[in-house]
Amino acid sequence: MRLTGDVVVVGAGMVGAACALYVARSGLDVIVVDRGPVAGGTTGAGEGNLLVSDKEPGPELDLALLSVRLWAELAEEFGESVEYEAKGGLVVASNPDGLTGLQRLADGQRTAGVVARPVTGDALYDLEPHLAPGLAGAMHYPQDSQVMPALAAAHLLRASGARLLTGRTVTAVARTPEGAVRGVRTDRGDIHAPSVVNATGTWGGELATLAGTHLPVLPRRGFVLVTEPLPRLIRHKVYAADYVADVASDSAALQTSPVVEGTSAGPVLIGASRERVGFDRSFSLPVVRELAAGATRLFPALADVRALRSYVGFRPYLPDHLPAIGPDPRVPGLLHACGHEGAGIGLATGTGHLIAQALTGKTPELSLTPFSPDRFPEPEEVA
Amino acid sequence: MRNPLDLAGARPGPAFTVTLDGREIEALPGQTVAAALWAAGVTSWRTTRGEGRPRGIFCGIGVCFDCLVTVNDRPNQRACLVPLHSGDAIRTQEGTGHES
Amino acid sequence: MRADLAVIGAGPAGLAATLAAAAQGVRVTLIDSAAEAGGQFYRRPAAALRARRPQALHHQWRTWERLRDGLGTHVESGPVRHLTDHHVWLVERRSTGFTVHALLGPEQRDPAEVRADAVLLATGGYEKVLPFPGWTLPGVIAAGGAQAMLKGGLAVSGRTAVVAGTGPLLLPVAAGLAAAGVEVAALVDSADPLAFVRRSRALVAEPGKVVEGAGYAGRLLRHRVRTLARHTVVEAHGTERLEAVTVAALDRDGRVRPGSGRRIPCDTLAVGHGMLPHTDLAETLGCRLDGLTVHVDDEQRTDVPGVWAAGETTGIGGSALSLAEGHIAGRSAAARLHGTEPDPRAWAAAAKARTRLRAFFAALDTVYAPPAHWTELVTDDTVVCRCEEVTGGTIRAAVAELGARDARTVKLLTRAGMGWCQGRVCGPAVAGLAGCAFTPSRRPFARPVPLGVLARAGEADGD
Repeated sequence: MRLTGDVVVVGAGMVGAACALYVARSGLDVIVVDRGPVAGGTTGAGEGNLLVSDKEPGPELDLALLSVRLWAELAEEFGESVEYEAKGGLVVASNPDGLTGLQRLADGQRTAGVVARPVTGDALYDLEPHLAPGLAGAMHYPQDSQVMPALAAAHLLRASGARLLTGRTVTAVARTPEGAVRGVRTDRGDIHAPSVVNATGTWGGELATLAGTHLPVLPRRGFVLVTEPLPRLIRHKVYAADYVADVASDSAALQTSPVVEGTSAGPVLIGASRERVGFDRSFSLPVVRELAAGATRLFPALADVRALRSYVGFRPYLPDHLPAIGPDPRVPGLLHACGHEGAGIGLATGTGHLIAQALTGKTPELSLTPFSPDRFPEPEEVA
Repeated sequence: MRNPLDLAGARPGPAFTVTLDGREIEALPGQTVAAALWAAGVTSWRTTRGEGRPRGIFCGIGVCFDCLVTVNDRPNQRACLVPLHSGDAIRTQEGTGHES
Repeated sequence: MRADLAVIGAGPAGLAATLAAAAQGVRVTLIDSAAEAGGQFYRRPAAALRARRPQALHHQWRTWERLRDGLGTHVESGPVRHLTDHHVWLVERRSTGFTVHALLGPEQRDPAEVRADAVLLATGGYEKVLPFPGWTLPGVIAAGGAQAMLKGGLAVSGRTAVVAGTGPLLLPVAAGLAAAGVEVAALVDSADPLAFVRRSRALVAEPGKVVEGAGYAGRLLRHRVRTLARHTVVEAHGTERLEAVTVAALDRDGRVRPGSGRRIPCDTLAVGHGMLPHTDLAETLGCRLDGLTVHVDDEQRTDVPGVWAAGETTGIGGSALSLAEGHIAGRSAAARLHGTEPDPRAWAAAAKARTRLRAFFAALDTVYAPPAHWTELVTDDTVVCRCEEVTGGTIRAAVAELGARDARTVKLLTRAGMGWCQGRVCGPAVAGLAGCAFTPSRRPFARPVPLGVLARAGEADGD
């Protein structure tokens, strides 16, 4: 059977699903292909954060604000099936210095359109009764929300009406003699389309190479701890002020800062660790111990709560912490939608929307320049 | 009629009293929560957090966590593992066990 | 105190390994979750029940006495330390040696850590139970669970039982319940064990097994237990607890014969479909698994240096095989800890038994199988994941509508396997309903661990 469409989206994770949905709804015929199952990569290992709170003012925050708005629209349509929850974020500072830093960050974010409300004293414990005593204060971000990422990817893919081909590995990107994309080769036959979207997340560099170009995506490992089911002990996504600094750091060394949240399913999820150790899946007690220590410092009542499991995932990291979104000028017909690091679930909707606009010749709602896939030096230039 | 205690020639020390939701129940030294409740004719002591369905012993060796129960105010104890002591207060567990 | 060798699990494999290593002068710390050694197979009434005839519920009591006395001698003279009530949740590989992380007592709240140069995993197995309508009703218990409650607590859950499923465990369970005064209304096996006897050459090589089986069969006859071969339980009935089961005959293809159902009143259903190995500790250590079991070489070494494995964790095969493997593992570990190349001739008899018993259990596996079409019995409203109450219909929808093709994706999309037991119970059923092979899932923690314990785990020493 000859497979032909307008667009091949490579990657059935959250970003691929959002691309499929928005591109299909703009009238194009979409085929999604993935070597694994739906949500088999970083999507299946994420917490499902839709955050504006952890982003400095700039292009990523603009994309986050667009995405959060689009997520709220999708939530109307998909309802509980994706476990969307506009729970709000709470960034806590343990000392006055930290609080000053939070206020400075929030001032900048507000000018971009973020809602950030300072919370001090008893009001903090009204929002989160189980927080450790003696915290200096916090910033409350009502726009922060959450989805269950695997469910979101699966439901968006289904709603897109795209043809979904899982368990099929892309082995080459087919190109015309002039160099333009004309589809992909897979281990189970060719797929023809004039446009290919690289939504392969942490593996985005590999697909770029197959297309004869370059994108320096690297894995940044993170562990998540999952507790026994609990009643709603923790109401918001709660994290410590130093998380923002960790997200923005370029270090390859281990960083952990506590990120704690309840879920509608019951368990509390605890992150976040960051380290660049390649695709090493092996369990690390030192990392997971730090997560547990951080979480119990924020919420002492968690000390008696039992962890049932931990899981590991690989954030797609690009050197300047911005994703690659949009057409690749080096390879006509190739578009990238990857490299969102730890924010891919949140940024997926905006990304899909921008990709659809690019594919249908519309002016994108946000400038794609900061996300340009060719903004990195070629490897030989580095050497 | 035979019973397992006779079969094994058990000669435990004197029975003691524990409570299940405030009701007094006799238990023998060495019995787990589950064994004492079975002996008292009770086969379920938990309701699930989704559908509120009754559950009791299933795997009997600590693997399945179906027999979770609250003992002396500590929730989510495995009835098949925890031995009883005189005066222990067993409570039927609902939901996550952490609801007060 | 640092041990040369930490043996995890005090069942047949762990005991044999401990005795074999200690006899070679190795300092062994034997770590086990129970209050007394023995594991599931040699489980005995709790000490405080003061049973004068514990052997009434056992066979191979003399082997147990030999192991018990050997352990006692080594503990008394010093080379073996036996840590009871230690629930191991993680074995951590360190730059030198290993740290075994455990939780104490049945409450499993306080931690204990054991350092060792080498580790021997003898973590045993647990029972596989496939779902059917009504299997979550109180009164429906795993066959091995019924046996554990009987052997350990001298407790039964009712007056009338049906024992069902498949596998060699059902016979002793039925015989034990009958001896303990329970009326066993039927022994229902989806296989036909007699076909095995007729067919198997492996059995000819195992006269002991024939005698053992005949012994149980005789006891069942004495208690007038009716055996229904090539039958299966299609439903358990009741509202708040079990009241009856419907059993039906299977046709040649393993499908229920229409119209063959009959209702048997009972208050207990002991059901099991074979055994699964515990491999969590090995998996987290990075040991290679072959399918569901830990891969070992002829010396019972895993592919991780310093880690041995023996018994059910390397493949289900019963107590005699576990004893042989444990012995070999203990001898090999002792030699290598002494810096010498072990001589396999030192365990030639055990190696011979191992070969024979592995062949026997491989043959057994071909006979004892759940009904080929067991998934057809799982209705859409049958709960499959007991912890998270995920139904067959939800799992089928994830496959048919959301594109899940494997167990991990089904889990992500339905929560099946995400609850307290981490899919240990529903794993085979979810894989079956998803139409994929059952593979072990990653469980970094072999047991739930309090976050307060995890926050301090292993920080005492810094190498």
